[in-house]
Amino acid sequence: MSAPPRNRLNPNDPRVRALLWQALVLGLVALGTWYLASNTMANVARLGVASGYGFLGREAGFQIGETLVAYGPQDPYARAFLVGVLNTLKVAGIGIVLATILGTVVGIARLSRNFLVNRLAAGYVEALRNVPLLLQLFLWYGVLTEGLPGPRQALEPLPGLFLSNRGLKLPGPADDPTWSWVAAAFGLGVLLALAATAWNKGRQARTGKRLPLLPITLGLLLGLPGLVMLAFGGAALDMPVLKGFNFQGGVTLTPELAALLFGLVTYTAAFIAEIVRSGIQAVGHGQTEAALALGLSRGRVLRLVVLPQALRVIIPPTTSQFLNLTKNSSLAVAIGYPDFVSVANTTINQTGQAVEGVAAIMAVFLAVSLSLSALMNWYNRRIALVDR
Amino acid sequence: MSDGAFGLSPGEPPATRPPPAIAAPGVVGWLRANLFRTWYDTLLTLAVLYVLWLVVPDVVRWALGDAVWSGEAAACRAAGGACWAFVAEKWRFILFGTFPADQHWRPTLAMLLTMGVLLASADRRFWGPRLLVLWAVGLGAAWLLMAGGLFGLSPVPTELWGGLPLTLGLSVVGLAVAFPLGVLLALGRTSALPVLRVLSTAYIELIRGVPLVSVLFMASVMIPLFLPTGVSIDKLLRAQIGLILFAAAYLAEVVRGGLQAIPKGQVEAASALGLGYWQRQRLIILPQALSLVIPPLVNTFIGFFKDTSLVIIIGLLDLLSTAKAALTDPAWRGFYKEAYLFVGVIYFLFCYALSRYSRYLETSLSKGRRR
Repeated sequence: MSAPPRNRLNPNDPRVRALLWQALVLGLVALGTWYLASNTMANVARLGVASGYGFLGREAGFQIGETLVAYGPQDPYARAFLVGVLNTLKVAGIGIVLATILGTVVGIARLSRNFLVNRLAAGYVEALRNVPLLLQLFLWYGVLTEGLPGPRQALEPLPGLFLSNRGLKLPGPADDPTWSWVAAAFGLGVLLALAATAWNKGRQARTGKRLPLLPITLGLLLGLPGLVMLAFGGAALDMPVLKGFNFQGGVTLTPELAALLFGLVTYTAAFIAEIVRSGIQAVGHGQTEAALALGLSRGRVLRLVVLPQALRVIIPPTTSQFLNLTKNSSLAVAIGYPDFVSVANTTINQTGQAVEGVAAIMAVFLAVSLSLSALMNWYNRRIALVDR
Repeated sequence: MSDGAFGLSPGEPPATRPPPAIAAPGVVGWLRANLFRTWYDTLLTLAVLYVLWLVVPDVVRWALGDAVWSGEAAACRAAGGACWAFVAEKWRFILFGTFPADQHWRPTLAMLLTMGVLLASADRRFWGPRLLVLWAVGLGAAWLLMAGGLFGLSPVPTELWGGLPLTLGLSVVGLAVAFPLGVLLALGRTSALPVLRVLSTAYIELIRGVPLVSVLFMASVMIPLFLPTGVSIDKLLRAQIGLILFAAAYLAEVVRGGLQAIPKGQVEAASALGLGYWQRQRLIILPQALSLVIPPLVNTFIGFFKDTSLVIIIGLLDLLSTAKAALTDPAWRGFYKEAYLFVGVIYFLFCYALSRYSRYLETSLSKGRRR
């Protein structure tokens, strides 16, 4: 019996089939893309819409309510986009920090042996997780605008802090050189605290003795600026004052930003709480018992034994919650906070360049998501179990 | 050296141990164990009780005591409590949107059919190919009831659909289409063929990296541009396409988790039996992989059900939008708390039921794996 003739294009050869399949899929995708792209070009040409990012240099012509950098309607679209990106980053940054703190507290409360505390925490988690975030944002926005009195009847829960339907007014630092000295002292405090930590590490390795780092760090971070302020005899504050129909001066948290932040933080915290709870529960009880048997105090058991192991379980899902919070900040468009999506949406409406606008939104969020997950992956690798 | 370091020295009397603690029975024992275990526990309990004492009476007075259950807005404004009369007045609009009022039995029946299909799918005894038939028949009948145009039902265009039927329809149809797509994407991402792997991975990561709002924007403004001149599809279908594209990427990641948990030996044994790729996936791999990830799949379903509320941003009248629209009635301005609480309770019931179900599945499915 002779060997079967070798056919280079035998369809029964798995390698040939693999190539054929891939060529087929690639061809279909290319065909689909070409079809959609050619339709789009034809439609865009028919509607007489410009294409490309030339509009970025033109005057935007719309006002933005809240900006971190100077902006006016005569500025170009590129500047408006920058304002939007910064606003998105501001909400995401503050939101992530606050949601982490609140989520950790609620997650630990869920594990409390105190019946009232753990039931309350469980109720909080269930109530917030099972209702759409957008609904919660509408509710908080309603409470902050319709539910609060006007500036003239503003609530004043603490002296200098006013709550009205124009937002939250706080005393801010006035235009006073003392504040720059205070800021400089704070920077010095951070540097000294870092140096103390590094020195303590070497000292502990040599002698086994530890410095009381927490009081030292707190003293440096709070004490130094405090001392500077005392030395200058106090620094001036810019107090919000009612003038006419609204407040003047002070720092403002607009109802839009406050509702968005409050909604995002409470919602995401419910998810983080569940992650924290399951992470702590994932650490075997034997670990705690062994650590106690070694004579470590309860605080150190938590800090040196339980938390480092729990963090390995907690970090990856928490990363995706951070990403969710960042993406959810785009719901700002529904309550009128000028985040990037809302700015891009206005731009689409004004220029008609939908393709470019949507592409810009996707590019910005992809960039933010990818950098955030790169950062969290780096942190995750740092705390991961070292395999030998 | 004596053994004093480890045991008691012989002369010393045996240490008197405290008697074993007996848990006090009854209410007092429960209170002591759960609320007043230590001094800081007691402090915490008292603090929580104080806050509850400050908040709860006011809330109860607002929601029940001073509440107005029927009548006009003026009566509500005078009473100062919750205005449930607003919900009594608007519940039909909130639930059904602008669907013709004399035809409300049709969306009601359609929703009951959909929920019947869902309940049947929740029962493990029904799991199997029969479910596909049930879904096709049930959803087809629900669609017919909503759209009309046959059997003497007056046609109702999709622009008039709204409220809970729309939310349910968007989620159920969205998941029914996105799930097979997600499985295909997951298979693509774990495939040995590099082109498929790269394309699936790029799609999944792109969609997961951007917010749903932008996908919906894309669906609503770009789909008309994608189509040849003169062809148009309605807004509901565009939103549905956007939701499907979005959900498929998330479902694919969950399914991939299951696929990766299946030991390689399973694939190799199946190949050794002479099964081809699709036979392997259909008979050996997917049944195991999918049953592993059912609980996270249900969690993704819950998230998707909540996410359908975002269609308000492209102007569809879903359950949340109808509540918002009901608030624009000048006669009933300002009763936003009542409206959102009403809608929130509906969302909560659906999501909570689903999450309880996912927990039940988790325990009942892991029985075979538990030792």
